Amino acid sequence: MSLLQIAWRNFRYRSVSSILTTLSLALGVALVVLVLAVYGIITDAFRGNSSVSYNLVIGPKGDPLQLTLNSVYYLSQPIQNLPFTDYMEFHSAEERAEMVRRYGGSESLGQVDGKYARYVGGGLAIPLALGDYIDQYRVVGTTTDFFDKLLHGPEVDQPFTFRQGRNFEAHNAENGYFEAVLGSRVASTLNLGVGDEFFPTHGDPDGKGHRDAFQIVGVLAPTGTPSDRAAFVNLEGFYLMENHAKPVDQYPDDMVQGSAPMGIDPDGNEIRPLTIPEREVTSILVRTGGLWGAQLMNLINEGKDAQAAAPVGVIHKLLTEIVGPLRTALIIVTVITCVVAAMSILVGIYNSMNDRRRDIAVMRALGARRDAVTSIILLESLLIAIIGSIAGWVLAHAAILIASPMIESYTGVWPGFFRVSQFEFLVLPLVLLLATLAGLLPATIAYRTDVSRNLAA
Amino acid sequence: MLEIQELKKSFDQPGGGRLNILDVATLRLDAGEQAVLIGQSGGGKTTLLHLIAGLLTPDSGSIRIAGTEITRLSESGRDRFRAATTGYVFQTFNLLAGFTALENVRLGMSFAAGRHDIGRAESLLERVGLADRAHYRPSQLSVGQQQRVAIARSLASRPKLLLADEPTANVDPASGKAVIELIRESCREDDVALLLVTHSMELAAQFDRVERLEQINRVFGQLPDAAAAPAG
Repeated sequence: MSLLQIAWRNFRYRSVSSILTTLSLALGVALVVLVLAVYGIITDAFRGNSSVSYNLVIGPKGDPLQLTLNSVYYLSQPIQNLPFTDYMEFHSAEERAEMVRRYGGSESLGQVDGKYARYVGGGLAIPLALGDYIDQYRVVGTTTDFFDKLLHGPEVDQPFTFRQGRNFEAHNAENGYFEAVLGSRVASTLNLGVGDEFFPTHGDPDGKGHRDAFQIVGVLAPTGTPSDRAAFVNLEGFYLMENHAKPVDQYPDDMVQGSAPMGIDPDGNEIRPLTIPEREVTSILVRTGGLWGAQLMNLINEGKDAQAAAPVGVIHKLLTEIVGPLRTALIIVTVITCVVAAMSILVGIYNSMNDRRRDIAVMRALGARRDAVTSIILLESLLIAIIGSIAGWVLAHAAILIASPMIESYTGVWPGFFRVSQFEFLVLPLVLLLATLAGLLPATIAYRTDVSRNLAA
Repeated sequence: MLEIQELKKSFDQPGGGRLNILDVATLRLDAGEQAVLIGQSGGGKTTLLHLIAGLLTPDSGSIRIAGTEITRLSESGRDRFRAATTGYVFQTFNLLAGFTALENVRLGMSFAAGRHDIGRAESLLERVGLADRAHYRPSQLSVGQQQRVAIARSLASRPKLLLADEPTANVDPASGKAVIELIRESCREDDVALLLVTHSMELAAQFDRVERLEQINRVFGQLPDAAAAPAG
């Protein structure tokens, strides 16, 4: 029999003690893995998803973290809005004139370039309108550019693809302005697909439902980004929902009526896009042309109404200044928990050493060297550590799987069972090291066992 | 096979000083020879076997087994030598409670160099009549069956010398006789030299060669109370 087989036989012979010791270790490991995995998975996801194909997020003055969480991760409480004209500042005179022509607004808006237009030449500016929900998921009003121009993936080089259907359109004869695309997770969780429709609720997941239904025309392929858990609706449809128009007391003197296509609502009333004064955006995703990012951010932040945030910087700051010290605390807790768990091995084996002395003496009499009986005790300690670690890992990930809906609602990350954090890979070596140390005392007793005396006992 | 010369062993006494246990001028055993060493309890029999097995080291003297002077070997050297050359049958069997009969026999060859032969372990159990009890734990076997497993274990590593320490002390007389016959027959089949120690005259009478510890241990007559010795 190999030393490992002998150790395993010892483990099984003292099954009650071994299982209790292993269970104690497993619970310790489970606690550590649970905390580290959730921490690691979330920070990895935040760090990974902060790499996007735009470099600035523009929103109303306030907390840049909240702006980033809202606009990049679709998390946190909804924020205030910006006038649509702020969005128009990123466009050339020709583009602005086209907007005025289509939607209606002050003619003068189309006569000059937006003041930030030159920074965005060759880049992009995509508006987001937030505030509605479908079940627990955010509804994001945006333009077709979101899926046509943005990229995702670790290298930010992958275009969005559709598992079902297509991108929504700004307007078409079939669905008018009310087309939507669902993220993969939203579609699977809510069991919705192309051909279905949904009614967004206003303000929060339990808020009042709008009466306007969006027709689902596409479902995104999974991306591993926050887009998986959002429902994207045509911005024009979003504007047309009840109470989404900004009240206007007085229209500008040089108001031009819009020429965009009209539609008929379920009650038979004529509907047409909101005019520019009635429009608002929650935030704007901007990719500057060239290296204008920092300059544009400073320029916007010097103004009094809007702010610009760089998602990478904001998340880096969050992880460094807030989450960093938390990580240190977690590592300390991890080490202490692992030490306590290893102590359970020490106590478990040490308490059985009196019973083992005779067995050790017999094995020595059969020719086992001191290092062989020492190895058997250490192997038994490692067996407990390995079995306990695996059981603890499974236990922790089962708990994470059960808690995944709650974790997702707070963080936007769906951990599932098999998603592993890099920090977890530290646990097994740490537990094995501590188990070896814990096994050293009983192993030393085994090493020093007086064969002649214990055989005669 | 076994040659002992001027072997001395003493132990520390609790109150200080040392207590002489053994002082054997000479003891020889040829290959395949079977001898019984008879002596009263506390006379140093077990100590002598432990010295021959290399579990204890003598104060002085020589123990040569199959041409190897084991008193000059390091402890690990003695362990290796014992695993390869010497079998041991204990008075209290000393089977490992957590292991099956087959595993206990396999344990006998686990620490020796060379191939781990499960087939031999099974054939040894068959030889001692316990093939159908191979997967029984010691607690599920009778006392006599346990001792037969111990005998099979002692032969597992194909030793050249078998040391048996009061192997019948814990079995009934009928089983004891069977145990002795089994040990002797097994040693004959494998050409293993046998040194068996006992305090039973009846058991000793079955052997052609009987050595009396009182005659070979020069310390014996000097002990104030032979029963005071720490082992054997």
